[in-house]
Amino acid sequence: MRHVISVQDFSAEEIIDILDRAETMVEIAKGNDVSEILKGKVLAAIFFEPSTRTRLSFETAMNRLGGGVIGFAGTEATSVVKGETLADTIRMVSGYADAVVLRHPREGAAKLATQFSDVPILNAGDGAGQHPTQTMLDLFTIRTELGRLEGLNISLVGDLRYGRTVHSLAIALAKFGNTINLVSPEGLEMPGEVISHLEDTGRFGKACHSPEEIIADTDMLYVTRIQKERFPDPVEYEKVAGMYRVDPELVSRGPEHMIILHPLPRVNEITPEVDALPQAKYFQQAFNAVPVRMALLSMVIGGQSNV
Amino acid sequence: MSKKFMKVQRIEHGTVIDHILPGRAFDVLRVLGISTDRSMSILINSHSAKGGTKDILKIEDVELSDEEASRLALVSPHATVNIIVEGKVVKKFNAEAPVMVRGVLSCSNPNCISNQNEPIQSEFRLSLDSEHRYVCTYCQRDIVDLARRIRS
Ligand SMILES: [Zn+2]
Repeated sequence: MRHVISVQDFSAEEIIDILDRAETMVEIAKGNDVSEILKGKVLAAIFFEPSTRTRLSFETAMNRLGGGVIGFAGTEATSVVKGETLADTIRMVSGYADAVVLRHPREGAAKLATQFSDVPILNAGDGAGQHPTQTMLDLFTIRTELGRLEGLNISLVGDLRYGRTVHSLAIALAKFGNTINLVSPEGLEMPGEVISHLEDTGRFGKACHSPEEIIADTDMLYVTRIQKERFPDPVEYEKVAGMYRVDPELVSRGPEHMIILHPLPRVNEITPEVDALPQAKYFQQAFNAVPVRMALLSMVIGGQSNV
Repeated sequence: MSKKFMKVQRIEHGTVIDHILPGRAFDVLRVLGISTDRSMSILINSHSAKGGTKDILKIEDVELSDEEASRLALVSPHATVNIIVEGKVVKKFNAEAPVMVRGVLSCSNPNCISNQNEPIQSEFRLSLDSEHRYVCTYCQRDIVDLARRIRS
């Protein structure tokens, strides 16, 4: 039984296998091909905090493979479990389903769930911890759009301190032999342990406070949201947000082949005028959530042989 | 010599823990679950023959097991343990830091699932590098201020 808890649990070869499998899922994800490889299987989607797009893409993925979905989300969760331990909830739910996708506000929740489940657990985000399926769909998007997953100049921009997915993305990208630049406002820099990991792999490019410094040399620009709540002074926030806003002028200073990704939802980190540019790939990235999650579901529920 | 004798009495039966990091003697007692109502001598910031200071514990009628000694190494690596029987040292060894620690520590990340009311034991791994860090199996964070994270 294979759980999907942290992207660090997967070797580079295993990640490539998942991306290859996801590629075979694209036409099914679009509805052009029909698959029933998970017919009769049930996925339990239990979301203790709201994450509409993650939940919807998992539901779509399961439905496209002919399976069914049960579950609960948001405030409903509190009434379902009524103070029950997560361990008990998982024991119950794993008896009803062939796999459980879990989103929980506390770090380590998915790891705990594996100890009480008879079926595979897929971590859809645990607090400020891991969100491995997001990292895999980011990698899938890079490979699809740039044709390769190694030897690239990657620039991560925005809130690199609290950003949920950006730490494991940086580590995964370094594992594939890419150079990582870090661009963040003061106080929102990448945590030291991630930086020292990048340094250990020899894949740490440049750290700076302005996207203009790295844009000319960037193959992939990964933009994350800078939250207003991180700044006690609204004037300071406006100033910083303005400096980090991606607009057509900034994009024009990057290479033509550059791609721009964003885990969404965006607020105003990327201006709407950028959407029409060929570099804008964040909606494609959002679609890719479906084939990548299909690949993972078919892998953990259906076994290796029947794609 | 007589001065030394007055300071700390010899023990006939029990355990002497020497070379404890200065100021850590009470942390050692906490991690071993030994209450201070036992008969014992506690030396804080004693001058070491090698220079510097150290703490020393002489606990009567307690024989530290290897497992307990490894717990002691959590808060004071490199302490030495002397088991005393009938006034003689019958066993002497260094406390070695355990690779896995279950149940003894609580995670310093307040948002960690292991700090919730769940039917699990906390679990920490000694990191592979040389920095003597313990990493939570659940939230993957380093434990901070370890001596204060010992469950009493
Ligand atoms: Zn923890």
